[in-house]
This record gives sequence, structure tokens and C-alpha cells, in this order.
Amino acid sequence: MPYKDILKNKFNELKTKKKCGLISFITAGDPDFNTSFQILEKLPECGVDIIELGMPFSDPMADGPIIQRANGRAIKNKMNLKKTFELVKRFRKKNYNTPLILMGYYNPVHRFGINNFINNVKKNNINGVIIVDLPPEEDNELCLPMIKNKVHFIKLATPTTNNIRFKKIIKHASGFIYYISITGITGANYKSNQKLGNQIKNLKKMTKLPIAVGFGIKNKNDVKELSKRADAVVVGSSIIKKVEEAEKKKYNKKKLVDNVLNYVKQLSSVL
Amino acid sequence: MKRNTYKSGPDINGRFGKYGGRFVAETLVPLILEVEKAYKKIKKKKSFINEFKKYLKDYVGRPSPLYFAENLSKKLKGPKIYFKRDELNHTGAHKINNTLGQILLAKTMEKKRIIAETGAGQHGVATATVCALFNFPCTIYMGEIDYERQKPNVFRMRLLGADVEKVKSGSKTLKDAMNEALRDWVTNVNDTFYIIGSVAGPHPYPEMVRDFQSVIGHEAKEQIKKKEGKLPNLLIACIGGGSNAMGLFYPFLNDINVKMIGVEAAGEGLNKKHAASIAKGHLGVLHGSKTYILQDKDGQITEPHSISAGLDYPGVGPEHAWLKDTKRVKYVSVTDKEALEAFKFSSRIEGIIPALEPSHALAYLIKKASKMPKDNIVIMNMCGRGDKDIFTVAKKLKINI
Repeated sequence: MPYKDILKNKFNELKTKKKCGLISFITAGDPDFNTSFQILEKLPECGVDIIELGMPFSDPMADGPIIQRANGRAIKNKMNLKKTFELVKRFRKKNYNTPLILMGYYNPVHRFGINNFINNVKKNNINGVIIVDLPPEEDNELCLPMIKNKVHFIKLATPTTNNIRFKKIIKHASGFIYYISITGITGANYKSNQKLGNQIKNLKKMTKLPIAVGFGIKNKNDVKELSKRADAVVVGSSIIKKVEEAEKKKYNKKKLVDNVLNYVKQLSSVL
Repeated sequence: MKRNTYKSGPDINGRFGKYGGRFVAETLVPLILEVEKAYKKIKKKKSFINEFKKYLKDYVGRPSPLYFAENLSKKLKGPKIYFKRDELNHTGAHKINNTLGQILLAKTMEKKRIIAETGAGQHGVATATVCALFNFPCTIYMGEIDYERQKPNVFRMRLLGADVEKVKSGSKTLKDAMNEALRDWVTNVNDTFYIIGSVAGPHPYPEMVRDFQSVIGHEAKEQIKKKEGKLPNLLIACIGGGSNAMGLFYPFLNDINVKMIGVEAAGEGLNKKHAASIAKGHLGVLHGSKTYILQDKDGQITEPHSISAGLDYPGVGPEHAWLKDTKRVKYVSVTDKEALEAFKFSSRIEGIIPALEPSHALAYLIKKASKMPKDNIVIMNMCGRGDKDIFTVAKKLKINI
């Protein structure tokens, strides 16, 4: 199949349906390759609109303890970027309509090689990439080569972003804008507030790109509340917590997968 | 662009050649740009320079002496070896030069709280010290392993009023302390200033820390001219992140007849566990800058090892990476064992107990001195004293104290 912009299609579809999208984050290879494939494969039927897949890194400095531990479990089980692409390849054998984006840190990508990385992204129909530690100041590194290859390089905006800064961010932004709801790390406490609503409204005046909101969004109520303001919500740590919970209780793999997927279903049910 | 100079870096993008940069999460970018702007503004201000100098003199005890280590020089049958005695500074290492500069900057930026990472605890102590002096609340992040092997420094930091947070993630050493400090910073971005302890991190830190540490090299240059009437033939310093070396080297970079050697920690050996990022690392990105990093083939950061907690870091300052490429500085490494021998040697011969960090620089000199011309002059940066290391050393020597 040729490389196609199904991310854009998805946001158009959501817009037509007047629906807020659910973006679920899981770490590739957590707790191991096969189990994470079983979760991945079922996410779309549990109501996930866009899949965000974390590329494991030993030093995830924007992540809280839950995602740190997920990275640790994946790396311990020999997960790496090459296998992350294999995971997506397997997923794409059956699913061609759910957009999938990669999120992670720059060092593993840099080590893998920029061209090699972009080739694999395209070959496996990955629809966008988010790299936490590549702000617009470093666009030459990966953002511009990605755009040249027509892969979305998704930019982040945060509560510390003012209008001048945002203009700089959107200059080479594509796909959507990932708005970080708090100043903090993943899994911290999200607090619903008017300021967030205003900030999203303000960003919307400056860009036509959809806006997804993430960080600290923990339950159905948060998701529902945010769905009024954002084009999509991202949930990560609280999904991964279900993996951790199952591991702690020594569930078998099937029960672990169900534990995660049932939670995702709950989240999507309010959208 | 200025030509024929090794001192023009970093460029406007914070790069030394291809190294350096600003590889941080978006939340932090406005803040580091603010730090950069504020630093640019004050560094030329007379009032700032005078205040910095005043505290360096009266509080830190600068200038630190340049001492001719005659016994050592004789014993090694080599060149004249001078120690730049930054171990005599208040708090026992060069680290305070930098923390003093940064806290004055934090003060002008009206920040309310200080955070820092620490490995050996020297930077943590130096930060806690200036926080006590200028009345800032401060939190120091320290890896659990370092916490255990540098207990006296943990106690010192507490006495000085700092909160010391034990970091239990990852390899539980300096890099993890830095991750945790970055997580704190991103959370408390509005009121907190991060005092980074080495010439590492995102721009402008490598430049700023180098500038504050350059007092070492400026003094040494003046002192050696007075004592010998000429510049030295060689400068030598240990390298973890590389701040003491950068501080000594920088003022001499354009004096092309002055050779320079940076000594990394080879730990148990370069084919075993070590912390030699320049010798064995690969180009990568960690903690905000592009540089040589110890990593596996998947780009995961590997756990460094050194007997010296201060050198136990998997990266190296970006300016060192650049100086290596341009061949202006030569980088070598010595093992734990060699450093330990040098530690004992200096204590016996000169009556100076060095920290395990500069023991690495000394160990290299001990190995090579006899092959160097006798009329040469060498300055070694004695960047820290060994009081903090006596427990580690005793354990290594299997002595109960």
C-alpha cells in the first residue's frame, strides 16, 4: 500500500462527526513484544482513534514514574527501535485505517540513523512522529527531513508558550498540535481550569491544525471535560498503569490485555 | 566569524561545531532562552562582575595558589609540575566558582527556588552553600548509589539547609539525578532556577559554566607568568562533564604552544566498565546537548562506572567534544586502580590528599612524566580535595576506619 495521510483523514472524519478523538499512548514492548502487540491490535475496536506508540528510552526525562517503568520493562525485554517497527508492521498487516504515531526521545532515533528512521516510518505507514527533546530550535535535525518526506512532525505547545513562541512552533508543524495541559511530567495531576480552555481557544485562532491535549489526563471525567475543548485527548500513564497493575497481581497475559482494553473502552465510552 | 581562534564558540544556536544545542522539552525552551538573555546582559555588567569577584575573593578565598610540587616533580624525574590548588576553595573544590556565578544570575532573574543535581556531592554542597548565603530554598537531586558512597557530603548539604532527594530511578547515579532535576524544573518552571554543575546541559549552560570556571585559567596564566616568566608547556585536568578542565583550558586555548590533556575515567578498563565518553562514546543527545555519549547500539544510555563519583557521567561537555575534533586538546584515560595509586602518592609525597577526580589527572602525569622534557612546565588542576573520598578509598583498600 502506498503511504497515505490517514491522520488528516481521521481528523476530518472526527470533525464531520463533531466528535473528540481518543489518542491512546502505550510503550512499545511493554511488558513484552507479544503482549504489547495484543494490546495494540485491539485498541481500534476499543474506541481509540489514533494510536501513539512510545519508543523506549533509558532516560525519559519528560516522563513520570509510570512511563519510566514502562520504558524499563520494555528495554529489559530487549525492545528497541527495530523491533518497534516490526511491531507496527505486524499491526499494519490487518489495520490500515487507524493512524499511528511514534513518540519518544531523540537519542535512539539519532543512533538508528535519520534516513533509516524515515525510511522505516514510511515503509510501515507510520503517520507522524513526536520527539520530546526536539524543539523548533533544532528543526534541522529531524523535523525538516521528515517534512521533506511528507511525514508529519508533530509539535508540542505548553502553558509556557506565548503567542510569539507559538508562531515559531507552527512554522514547521504538521498533523496536529500536541498541547501539554500542565507544566510538568506525564502522569502528574491534570487540573481542569478555565485558563486551559482559553489557551486552546487562543491557539485555535493561530492555526488550522487540530489540537490534541495530553499529560495528566487520568479518567473518564477528565476525558469528558476536555472533549468539549479539544479535537482529541491523549491518555497515557493511566492506561499503562493497568499494565503495571496486572503485572503486580500476576495476571496471565490474556487477563493483562483485557485489563488494559477494558479501561480503554471505559475512556472511549464518554466520547 | 572570527578566524584563528578557538574561543569563538558557541554560535547563536549554542553550537560548538556540531555539538551542543538546545535539546530540551518545549516547556523549558522559553525559560532557557530567558536564562540566555539574562546571562548575556549581566556578563558584561560592571556591577555583576564586581560582585562576582568580591565573593570569589572574600568568600571562596580566591585566587587559589599555584603551587610548585617540587617533591613530586623530583620523584617523577620529569617536568616541573605545578598544582592549581582549587581544592583549597571554600567547600573544597572548583564547583563553587560556578554556583556563585549562577546564583547571582538567579537573583537578578528574581527566581525563588534553586535545584541542582550532584554526583560526588561537591556541586551539591557548593550549591547548598550559596543557597544558604543568599537565602534560597534548594533541592539537590542525588542518585542513590552516590548518596551511599558520599555520605559526608549528604550530611553537609543538610547542614547547609538543603533538601537532598535520593534518586532511585535508572542507574541511580549522576545522569539519573540530572533527569530528576529536569523533571522538577519542567514542573516548577516559573519560579525555579536550575544550577547545572558542569559544562553540560542545553545552551547557554556549557558556555556560562565555562565562563564562571575560567577564573581558574585566568589566574593560572597570571601566576605562571609571574613565577616562570612564560606560559606552561602543558595543562592537564580530569574530565567528567569537564567543567574544571574547561575552566583551566579556556583562557589558554589560543596560546597554541600550550598543550592540553583531558583525562577521562577508564574505570575497570576501557573494555570493561568505565566512564570514558570521549574514548568510547558515540555521538548522541542527552540532557539538552549533542555530544559524545556512552550508549548501546540501540541508543540506550549505558551505565558509566568510575571509582570517582564526580566522573561517573555518560556524557561530556559539548565544547570538549569539539576540542577533541579540532585536536586542540588531547583526551586520554586512566583506570580506577591508577587513580587510587595517585591518590596515595600525592598524599604521601606532597601532603595533599586529592579528590579521586584530580587523582586521574595526576595518575596520567605519573605515568608519562619521565618521558617529558625536564625543562617543561606543567600545570595540573587540583580541582578538589579528598576528604569526601576517604570512605571510598578505605573500603577499596580494605581498611576499617
